[in-house]
Amino acid sequence: MKRMTLAASAATALIWATQASAQDKELTLCWAAWDPANALVELSKDFEAQSGTKMNFEFVPWPNFADRMLNELNSGGQLCDLMIGDSQWIGGAAENGWYVKLNDFFDKEGISMDAFVPATVTGYSEWPKGTPNYWSLPAFGDVVGWTYRKDWFERPEIQTAFKEKYGRDLTPPATFAELKDVAEFFQGRDIDGKTVYGASIYTERGSEGITMGAMDVLHSFGFKYDNPEKPYDMEGFVNSDGAIAGLEFYKSLYDCCVAPGTSNTYMGEGIDAYKSGQVAMQMNFAFTWPGFEVDPNVGGGKTGYLVNPKGPNGEQYAQLGGQGISVVANTDNMDGALAYVKWFAQQDVQQKWWSMGGFSCLKAVVEDPSFATSQPYAQTFLDSMAIVKDFWAEPSYASLLQASQARVHDYVVAGNGTAKEALDGMIADWTEVFMDDGKL
Amino acid sequence: MVTSPIDRLARATPPSLARKVRGLSDRTIAWIFVAPTILLLLAINIFPLIWTVYLSFTNYAANKPNREIEWVEPIYRNYARILTDEGTWSNMQTTAHFLIWTIILQVIIGFTLAWLINRKFKGNDLLTTLLVVPMMLSPAVVGNFWTFLYQPQIGVVNYIVEFFTGIPAASFSMLGPGGLAPWSIIIVDTWMWTPFVMLICLAGLRSIPDYIYEAAEVDRASKWRQFWTITVPMVLPFLMLAVLFRGIENFKMFDMVNLLTGGGPGDETLLTSIDLKREAFEKWRTGYSSAYAIILFVTVFGLASIYVKALNKVKER
Repeated sequence: MKRMTLAASAATALIWATQASAQDKELTLCWAAWDPANALVELSKDFEAQSGTKMNFEFVPWPNFADRMLNELNSGGQLCDLMIGDSQWIGGAAENGWYVKLNDFFDKEGISMDAFVPATVTGYSEWPKGTPNYWSLPAFGDVVGWTYRKDWFERPEIQTAFKEKYGRDLTPPATFAELKDVAEFFQGRDIDGKTVYGASIYTERGSEGITMGAMDVLHSFGFKYDNPEKPYDMEGFVNSDGAIAGLEFYKSLYDCCVAPGTSNTYMGEGIDAYKSGQVAMQMNFAFTWPGFEVDPNVGGGKTGYLVNPKGPNGEQYAQLGGQGISVVANTDNMDGALAYVKWFAQQDVQQKWWSMGGFSCLKAVVEDPSFATSQPYAQTFLDSMAIVKDFWAEPSYASLLQASQARVHDYVVAGNGTAKEALDGMIADWTEVFMDDGKL
Repeated sequence: MVTSPIDRLARATPPSLARKVRGLSDRTIAWIFVAPTILLLLAINIFPLIWTVYLSFTNYAANKPNREIEWVEPIYRNYARILTDEGTWSNMQTTAHFLIWTIILQVIIGFTLAWLINRKFKGNDLLTTLLVVPMMLSPAVVGNFWTFLYQPQIGVVNYIVEFFTGIPAASFSMLGPGGLAPWSIIIVDTWMWTPFVMLICLAGLRSIPDYIYEAAEVDRASKWRQFWTITVPMVLPFLMLAVLFRGIENFKMFDMVNLLTGGGPGDETLLTSIDLKREAFEKWRTGYSSAYAIILFVTVFGLASIYVKALNKVKER
């Protein structure tokens, strides 16, 4: 009997040791379920081959990504060793201890944040913003820009019709006023026997869609989140005359120039509308661009790429997207996770990342002379990344986001109230959040 | 030996179970059997309820584990903020609109269908089965495919409207702006849950004995009079039960509406359950949302209690 007990104990210990060893050799990376994630799976095979670590992936569709992953982090779950979380999470993740602070690791491994595009370091890594406290390595640069049907723009009959109506050539719009003209021109037009529409813009209500779309326009009209001299002082900045004009413009674009029934659309719906030839122009994040290039309907030179146009006073900004890769504080394979980050930061890996459709944030990659011509959208991506603005990255960003979602959707889509009322309401909601946080 | 039936019965009756289980009383044994259920109930129902009441008086945020939980000041602040918030009342009105109209439509259509199906005709069983199909579907599936049916360019609903009214299909959106969205979600819920009301009404109709109608025939009561004095009163308790079930279900409606409209456009279809979910799991205002949940619980519990009393009175008649 004693022998049997000993044998059973030894077997149990062996199984436990094997499991523990296997755990040391496994990593789970969590991200959104989208094309770049598939590219990362391919890229990570190199890491697996080099390190012998098995990579597991947990991808969640965008509409549920924040809910699912923030719950995971918040509950102290051990699903993820590495997290490519949204840029706005950084404040909460830092203050709540969800992510590992990477400064010491960067110093030890010689990883310099100066090697990355400054906007991505500020947007994805720093908390508090503007301070050298890093919680992630910039992993995927992204920004809202526009695509347009270059093949339609180049058709002689369309060019003639446009010139007759507007007295100028049909060119890719450089200002929002021009963009609206072009959108109006295409709205309801018959192209190849099919009715097409002006533009696809973000109108989604549930998560962050309409805020990303509206802010993409508002910044270039003069909107600011707060007084640069006095943080959280929003009066006259959020609801400035320029901001009001910007929101009115976004509504007018929605009223005049979108396809019927697009009152709740975000990235996926925009891709579908554009690829199916429903719209002439499309607002969307840059991550969608590689997919258009290889699409049989809109690829092969049929698509042009545009930096977000200028506002009425010549200001030009674009909504930042993208994410950094962070090590989850609760991981039971810290060394493995850090090794992955170190591997990912290498220039040759970043170069390959870009070639596979991942938008690298490493200067050595994006400032390489061959970069701008490496893809039809590469220069637009570079130009866009130079003018980015991000939404609040405060720990309470979700409350701030929900407030803006409700206010903007209520005005733009439901048509209730005025732009000023919507922005005044946004200030009231945001003030309440900051008061709850003890910041006001 | 001749034994009386009483003797045989006495012998057949087993000795008290308590005597078999080491002298435990029947009451103790009963408690032993019931205890696991009570403990489970306390653990998964009562304790969370008490904990929620506690949290509702605090500033607790589940996504800020480092922050110390403090009582809010004044202690009723979360409740006061909810009850004085225009948005909350607007959401309550939206919920009430959804609740009242779905119940009215489901009762009328459900009862009518039950009344028609209660007659004997060929294919009765098949038709009943087909009619209950919608309620067998998952709300998530229903929400998704009705999104397509309501799509202005490819959805069949807009084309049906165009066919009958001449209004161009692409000129309006059932789920978009224009005030149709609150009615669109009512239509979907009615489509899905009318069969449930129909089934309950059918059970009520089939429970009415034929002899009552036969007696009424003898008394030369008209069909109309039979309907109002026999059918309706005897089905009413069943109907009221169906209304209770649908009322409670629709008060907490979330999945289907969230998929159809996400609460939009604006806040036009923002039901309290969707709002509560956002407060609790998107904004992470746990203390505030606990107070919100308690207010909703008290509202449903209060209304349901009043309703059950009315139901009992109807049954006693």
